[in-house]
Formats: sequence, structure tokens, C-alpha cells
Amino acid sequence: MLLDKHGALCADSWRHLGDDEAAADGQAVTISLKRWQAERERWSDRSAPLGLRLPNDAAPAVIGEALDRFALIALSFPRFIDGRAYSQAWLLRGRFGFRGELRATGNVLRDQLLFMARCGFDSFEVDAERARAEDWPRAFREFDLFYQPANDRAEPILQQRLRSWQTAAE
Amino acid sequence: MYRYDEFDRKFLEERLVQYRDQVRRRLAGQLSEDEFRSLRLMNGLYLQLHAYMLRISIPYGTLSSAKLRGLAAVARRWDKGYGHFTTRQNIQFNWIRLEDTPDILAHLAAVELHGIQTSGNSFRNITTDPFAGVADDEIEDPRPYCEIVRQWSALHPEFSFLPRKFKIAINAAGEDRAAIKIHDLGLRLRRDESGEVGFAVMVGGGLGRTPILAQTVREFVPRRELLAYITACLRVYNQYGRRDNLFKSRIKILVQALGIEKYREEVEAEYAAMGAERAALALPDETVAAMQAQFAPPAYRDAVNDDAELARATAAEPEFARWIEYNTRAHKRPGYAIVVISLKPPGRPTGDCSAGQMETIADLADALSFGEVRVTHDQNLVLPHVRKSALYDLWLRLGAADLATPNIGLASDIIACPGLDYCSLATARSIPIAQALSQHLAKREETIGPLQIKISGCINACGHHHVGHIGILGLEKNGAESYQITVGGSDNAQAALGGIVGPAVAAHEVTGTVDRLIDTYLRLRQDGEQFPDTYRRVGLAPFKEALYVAR
Amino acid sequence: MNDRVLKLVTGNRLRDGAVVYFAGVGTWTRRIDDARLVEDADGAALLAEAQAGPPPHPAVGPVLIEAVRESDRILPVTLRERIRAFGPTVTYRSH
Repeated sequence: MLLDKHGALCADSWRHLGDDEAAADGQAVTISLKRWQAERERWSDRSAPLGLRLPNDAAPAVIGEALDRFALIALSFPRFIDGRAYSQAWLLRGRFGFRGELRATGNVLRDQLLFMARCGFDSFEVDAERARAEDWPRAFREFDLFYQPANDRAEPILQQRLRSWQTAAE
Repeated sequence: MYRYDEFDRKFLEERLVQYRDQVRRRLAGQLSEDEFRSLRLMNGLYLQLHAYMLRISIPYGTLSSAKLRGLAAVARRWDKGYGHFTTRQNIQFNWIRLEDTPDILAHLAAVELHGIQTSGNSFRNITTDPFAGVADDEIEDPRPYCEIVRQWSALHPEFSFLPRKFKIAINAAGEDRAAIKIHDLGLRLRRDESGEVGFAVMVGGGLGRTPILAQTVREFVPRRELLAYITACLRVYNQYGRRDNLFKSRIKILVQALGIEKYREEVEAEYAAMGAERAALALPDETVAAMQAQFAPPAYRDAVNDDAELARATAAEPEFARWIEYNTRAHKRPGYAIVVISLKPPGRPTGDCSAGQMETIADLADALSFGEVRVTHDQNLVLPHVRKSALYDLWLRLGAADLATPNIGLASDIIACPGLDYCSLATARSIPIAQALSQHLAKREETIGPLQIKISGCINACGHHHVGHIGILGLEKNGAESYQITVGGSDNAQAALGGIVGPAVAAHEVTGTVDRLIDTYLRLRQDGEQFPDTYRRVGLAPFKEALYVAR
Repeated sequence: MNDRVLKLVTGNRLRDGAVVYFAGVGTWTRRIDDARLVEDADGAALLAEAQAGPPPHPAVGPVLIEAVRESDRILPVTLRERIRAFGPTVTYRSH
């Protein structure tokens, strides 16, 4: 089940192919990085949506110019304390300008959702029952003030503070 | 000092609501201990031997009297009447109930205190010189930069799940009273040839299992670029730091594995690629100036003949003279002094302070130090702005509260972690060792002169034993406590790690062993040498021999 | 005096962190003398019994430790567990 950063729950319409599985025509599929690197040609001119599963120890730069090819990049949190994918998302969204869907998979817990959204994640693989029982959508609204700039639209506290001083001075 | 504005207060409120709900979910069984552990650690709540322990952040060791009274109230109402000041300028309460913590944190939020990021695998307290802003050897006050970095690092979404904890320290003085070389990231404030302010950036220091001193990544980062450069250092660590082994996850291990040249290369490449992110993190002069205005000096008065009065009082009372000599430091403003409050009366647990003592200190701060108190790295407190003419009166009032032991920097001014009496990580007790040593050495500590003894109850080294002139590490051997002793460490600008003097000894042998090491030093020292100077000159051999012969 | 080394289960109470001992039948006690003490071979089963039950479990981090019976008292073998049972060996005199 997928949760998006606005709090909506929906089914996952993507098919996540194993390295030896064939894709049906017109199907939205993700493939592993390994498979992409081995079979680039085969996937280059596919018109149906294509997604990439990036392991959390791969540098995002490895995707290179092919970034635009993917409608979805799935990043991984093997254990919730393994925070490498936060940096991957940060770079993919911020530095490399990835415009597709960034998805968090693996050990995704409620109290990390807002951090992930701020790094640039759009969607999160969750357990539906738990997400409903513990009101996971509310996690995105637990803070509306942040100290540091990130890959979201929130204005950091410093900027808000400077603006309020200017207004006070006027 | 920094005062919260509406934004800081609201941020803390939101954090409190979030934490209260996390505790509710834990007590209701919706969160497992595994899931809850990292959440409670991010608010400074540990589970120790006897109870939960709450570590409250004291940003860069600066307290107001109101904050100190707030801490005293927590000690009285929710603990056993005392708190413990740590080697990272924080305070710990040892007897806390999980179910009380949301109320405790709400109470502390009202005085602008919290436990955010005092534990967990993210940024910890940004520490600095306890004499910041008043020391006479300072380039400029480092605290505005500490506060800037503190805010930037608070709940940083990219860096809240680092491979391990991350400790930052900033020093801006000639002497390094912030021990930056034993931090994950040490910043030394300096000026370049044109007089511009910036920082030397050092990375990869730390004690524990593998003690290492930090190395320089860049000699000069202009202050405008500080946050961007720190980001580059962290991003490399977050991506490449080891996550397979808890004991190999600190950045010091990464720097050691890559080598400083390769680590530097990675950081500089990341920094160069940052582009628009650098601009978003830039610190323009106006921003720094606005923060510096928060730390403006208090309304000092002109000193009228204070020195003469002081001279009269010290001549009349040797005890007072002793306290002046050991417990006061030169202040950059004429007529004023820095006073160190000793929390080390011999035989008492080091760094512990009762609620009553905290309230006394808060009152004294209001009366005599512009309401300000500092926490040192040696588990003592400081009144940073005391008029010399008020020193005698202060001495009397501190003495009445058992806070005037004239031993700062002397042998009985020992640093000891809580050890096996409290801590679930410990392998041996440290407090009884410290108590026995301080009582024994107090008798001759003036003869010995400055001596830093540091005791850790386990290999995690929270007592900083590696950088003690004499360091004691509590281990376990065949079910009994066993103490390994080192000499020659130091934590200042000439930072060095101590060398082991011989096989580990039993608890009852520690005092005798330390005595023989001190005797060796006294025998060999020349012309005002302090312990580390003698050690550097004569080496480990004479100390080892002294113990071998004794055996 | 019986010197045989036996096993019991200890943990920290969830709501306040207090040291507790498994007394059997889903109950936990602050008093070590009331702990359920078993032979070494039965340790694993005792731990499983102590860990059973729906969340929230009343005790955090239950573990097996060694103890000996001394007349009507139970004494843990290690110093660490003695400190947990009987308190810190240092006293703090509130000023």
C-alpha cells in the first residue's frame, strides 16, 4: 500500500520486476539498478512508465543523464536507522532536479515520514492497517516550522524571522 | 544570551505535542521498544540500570538563572533532588519515569530547555569554551556561531539517521577549552590574512574504543560558508560511514579508513557541487550580526579600586586567598573575574548538584553575575561576570552551600562518569574510585599543582580518560572490577592520548597506584612543569618502572 | 547455604524504568526475593514465558541472569545485577 505526502492511501499500480522477469506491454514496471545497467538498450525506447530501484549504497550520480527516463525512483530503508536514502533523495530532488516520483520503501515508520517528505520523497510504502490505526497521514502535519532549508516549499525559520523583523521595522 | 522568539517557542511546542503522542503510543503498545528507542533517544531519554535517565541539553553550556531554577524544579519534583552535570555541558537526571517525561519536558520548555538530540544518531549538543565571551584570550565570542549551528542542525531531515552520533565543538580562544580535537567536527574560529573571520575545520576526533585526534580538512572556511561546508562534511559521512558495526560507525573510522586526503577530496567535491544549496545556506554578515546582538555583553560597571580591596581580603584570609587562586580566572573586563563553582567537594560524586544548590547558584547569579551561569566540561559550573569587589561575599555564600572547595584544576577536581552505579553500558564503578582518590589526594593537591584525573567506567570513555593527565578505565576481569591506568593525556591545544602504565589493578589498589605515579612526577619535574610537560620530556618508562618496582 | 547457580528473568518496568523481576504467571515484582528461580536448563523456557503476552509488555528488555539462593534470599551473581537489585553503592547527600 502506498501513502503519499498529502496523506492519501492508495494501491500500488506499479509492478516491481525481478531481474529475470519479463514485462508485459504497456505495464508500469520498476527494474533494479543492476538490470538497468546490464540492459539499457532494451529499456530505452519503452513508452510505458519505467521506474528504477536504487540500492541505498549507490551514488545517485550513477544514473547520470538517464534520470529523465524514469517516472519513478524507489529508494530503500533496509532498517529504519539506516539513513542513507535521505541523502540520495536530497540529491536526486535538489541537485539533479528529478521531476518524477520519489518513493520510500523498506522499513518506513510513521515518525520518519515528515523527514522523508522534506528530503523530497513523494510516496511511501506502508502497511495499510497500521497506517490507518495510527493515523499516519497526520505525521506530515506535526510540524509546520523548520529551522533549515530543505527540498520542500517550507520557508525556514530564519527567513520568517528576518521577514518579521523587517515588518516590525516598517 | 540567546532568548527564544515566537518561532523557537512554537517549534518546541510542536515537538512536545509530537513527543507526548509518541509516549502515549508506546504505553498503549502501538510502538515496540525497538521503534520507540530511537524516538525517545532523540529526546534525550535513556533506559539505565535503575530507571530512565533524561539528558537535557544546555546549548554551549550557557544557562540563565531562570533555566537553572527550572532544572532545580525538575530535580525536586520528578527526581531524587539532584542532577548531574556532564562532560558535554549537559545535565542528566537519573531517576526519571517515562510516564512523567512529557510533563517534565513541558515544564522545561517554559524555560527554553529541552532534550532534543542529546542522544541518538544525529547532532548532539554543540559545545564550546565555558569562558566564551569573557575570556581574555578570545578572538571573538563563539556562541553566536554555536547557536546558528544548533538551529540549523535541529531535526535536520537529511541527517537525523546518521551512522552514529555526531559531536561538534567550537573554539575561539588561544587556549582550547572546548577540546575540539576530540570531536567528530571541531571548528577553530580564526582570521585569515585579510582579517576576515572564518573557521579551521577539523574532522574525525573521538575517544571510546578507538581514540583518535581530529585532522584538518580545511584551514580556512569563510564564516559565510560555514553551514554549507559542514553540510558537505556530513553528506559524505551519511553516505559512506559504516553501518554494519556499531563500534566502527563514527566518522573517525571513516576518516581513518579513507585517509584524510581522500576524505577531504570527497568533501571538497561535494562542496563544489552544491550550487544553489550553498546560496540557501549562506550566512550573510547581517545574519551573523543579528545573532551576535543576542550575546551582547552585560552592563558592566567601571571598576573602582576593586583590586586593592581584593588584595586586603586575600591577605587577611588564607582560605579566601586559596579560593581566589584556584577558582577564579582572569576576565577580559577590568574589575571583573570569572568564578568557577566547584562541584567536587572531596568524597562527593563528581558533578552532582542538589536542587537546593542549583537554586542558591541561580540566586547568586542574579545578584552577582548578571543572571548568567555556565557549565564546564569538567563537571563544574561558572559564574562568568563577577565584580572583584563582590568576590569575598560570593565566597562566603558559596561556602555555606558547600560549593567553594578551592580545588579547580587540582587533583581532587576529578572527572568521572556515572559508571556501573547508574549506567547500563558500564563495566565497572567510577564514582567510588573518584571519591576515594579525591579524599586521599586533597591533602597534598596544592603541592602537586594542576593535575587532571579522568575516570571512565567503560570503554565508551564518557569520562574522557584517554585525555586525562592520569586516566583510569574501569573494566571487568573474571567477574571483578579491574582498572587500567594511563598517563600523559591532555585535552587542550596540545591534545594527546595517554599511554598505559601497566597491567590493570583491582579497585583497592587504584589509590596506591595513582600515588606512585604522582610521586614519580614530583620527583622528575623541573621548573614549573605540569604533568603533561614532564611526561613529554621523560616518556612513559619512568612511570612504568615506578609501578613495576612497587610490585 | 545453597551455592547452585540458578536463573531468573529481570527487566525494567515500562512506565517508570524500575527494576523488576519475573515472578511467574504473567506478574512482575520489584522484590528480587519474589522472583521465580529455575534451574539453568529451564532458563530459556522461563524467558519465553516472561516475554509472552500482548503489547504493551509491562517490562522492557527482559533477560535471563544468574542468581543463587541464600537461605530465604536471592542474590544475583554479578556486581551489575546486585547494583540493580539493591541500588547504587554511592549515597547522595542532598544539600
